[in-house]
Amino acid sequence: MIAIDERGYYGEFGGAYIPEMLHANIEELRRQYVDIWEDDAFQRDFRRLLRDYVGRPTPLYLAERLSAHYGATIYLKREDLCHTGAHKVNNTIGQILLAQRLGKKRIIAETGAGQHGVATATVCALAGLQCIVYMGAVDIRRQAPNVSRMKMLGAEVRPATSGSQTLKDATNEAIRDWINHPEDTHYIIGSAVGPHPYPDMLARLQSVISEEMMQQLAEQTGRDAPDAILACVGGGSNAAGAYYHYLNRPEVRLIAVEAAGKGVHSGESAATSVLGTQGIIHGSRTLLMQTNDGQIVEPYSLSAGLDYPGIGPMHAHLIASGRAEAIAIPDGEAVRAAFFLARKEGIIPALETAHAFAALDHLAYSADDVLVVNLSGRGDKDLATFIPFLDENR
Amino acid sequence: MNRITELFQRKPHEILNIYFTAGYPRRDDTAPIVQALERAGADLVEVGMPYSDPLADGPTIQASGTRALANGMSLPLLFEQLADLRPRTRLPIVLMGYLNPIMQYGDEAFFRRCAELGVDGLIIPDLPMPEYEAHYRDLVRDLDLGFSFLITPQTSAERIRRVDELSRGFIYMVSNASITGAKNAISGKQIEYFRRIQAMELDTPRLIGFGISNRETFTTACEFAQGAIIGSAFIRALGDAGGPLEPAITRFVHAIRGIQVPIH
Ligand SMILES: Cc1ncc(COP(=O)(O)O)c(C=O)c1O
Repeated sequence: MIAIDERGYYGEFGGAYIPEMLHANIEELRRQYVDIWEDDAFQRDFRRLLRDYVGRPTPLYLAERLSAHYGATIYLKREDLCHTGAHKVNNTIGQILLAQRLGKKRIIAETGAGQHGVATATVCALAGLQCIVYMGAVDIRRQAPNVSRMKMLGAEVRPATSGSQTLKDATNEAIRDWINHPEDTHYIIGSAVGPHPYPDMLARLQSVISEEMMQQLAEQTGRDAPDAILACVGGGSNAAGAYYHYLNRPEVRLIAVEAAGKGVHSGESAATSVLGTQGIIHGSRTLLMQTNDGQIVEPYSLSAGLDYPGIGPMHAHLIASGRAEAIAIPDGEAVRAAFFLARKEGIIPALETAHAFAALDHLAYSADDVLVVNLSGRGDKDLATFIPFLDENR
Repeated sequence: MNRITELFQRKPHEILNIYFTAGYPRRDDTAPIVQALERAGADLVEVGMPYSDPLADGPTIQASGTRALANGMSLPLLFEQLADLRPRTRLPIVLMGYLNPIMQYGDEAFFRRCAELGVDGLIIPDLPMPEYEAHYRDLVRDLDLGFSFLITPQTSAERIRRVDELSRGFIYMVSNASITGAKNAISGKQIEYFRRIQAMELDTPRLIGFGISNRETFTTACEFAQGAIIGSAFIRALGDAGGPLEPAITRFVHAIRGIQVPIH
């Protein structure tokens, strides 16, 4: 049985390894998140906004040309059609409602690809709350359109200039900000990482993905479960949402696609499940990339959203226990997969999402297989990264 | 007797605990800094084990850690330096660092090695109390090591009682809701918090840290606790020293203590 225990562990992964300065805020969340989540009024507001504002349910689309190519039935769960262009907004809608119920006035977030930053800036505008987004200086450069979107939405974008100046460092800065603002601030984490209760909270808020998937599959195929679900994993929020209602259905293969960067063993990679060992990152006991001395290693991926040296504790448990399989996809394969999907189905995926599509090349199929790829986001933000590859992908 | 316990019995006020990062500014400065601090009149040293991602630390301590790691500092190397140093100083030594490097070293081996080398106490800010109770409390007691938990202005009275029960040596009282390195004067709100904690009459002595940077803030902190901890301001002094460290260290400690330094 895959479930989180009372102390916030999935198996041996999880917990809340936080300094005392964060204790009051984390404890407040831990005591309240389940009650708020189960509260009828919260569910009513959450569901209404997901429907009327985000545009849910997102379609489950039968990708016929992709299916013909692979010789299996492939559905795409269209999170790219969410308002703001990725699954990230499911979480931020939920957390902004939570922040309002906790009486918080100031919202902070970290972002890698900028999708979570945009989704947070969006809900802050919606709620009329102050928004500060920490973003690695490197990511600010490679995801420029999203930086402008955040600013247009009224958020302040603060560069994180330590370490590799990417997602890990932005997360460090957001945590430090929260330490400095213990009373009025809520931290909207963007992935299924961090101290308990964040990983479970994120999984619940994203679980609408698999909830809809079940119903849509039943309607379209007569079965409520696919044979396999593929999702890219940065910290693991879109994967957690796509897997959620199937976690305890062992007949459904869960395939977690990580970023291999320039190659798993190139020294420039973010393939945490291969390269990671157990340790503590951002308050959670999980798998992370580190030296023998326990210093966290700077990861690398062409995609800002997967450029993270850890994975959420749920995924560490799923992979360590054999419930999920991990596949690592290098930059080049991901870019090719993005072009392939664009040409086959007329959909430009986010570079993060493209890793999940590239993994399709690594599976064996029989004709009656039904697969779902979680299309976590759209690729508009990545055009600058894709453009140099236009020539070789004519 | 544990040197920290002995210190607080002998001198229950105006304790000056100086924090610095092992391996900063140079790899082999660890031992000379401790010895210079002892000669200058510090009561206690807190040696930081550098970490790539120190969540509770501000830019000054972060940068010192980054530099120390680039200098090749590591836990095994720090233990070598301490083995060498221990016979040459009587100052109580507290190691401060984050849990992950300790886990990778091997947590139990780490505690045992600390005791063997004559380390007197530990501060591991991201080790939660329940984990400590379940896995380390007995070991720490058996090894007669000190162990300091943190309290902040947000820590509930109930939780402070638990910290008082679990801490050995001293309680680390974080002066303000902040990461390390603040340079402001102590506010009325902080004084209120200091008074509130003082009135609780805890069993364990308290040292106030975070934002203690000069004689004024040190003296104020000492009115409400047995002493105070200075970190970022000292690291800045080391960074600014330019040449040999000892004169800068002496000047720094004397300035905190209010000792007039004769001008030759
Ligand atoms: C479109 C998209 N997919 C996936 C991710 C990776 O995050 P997670 O693993 O939390 O889904 C990101 C992160 O920025 C993203 O923007």
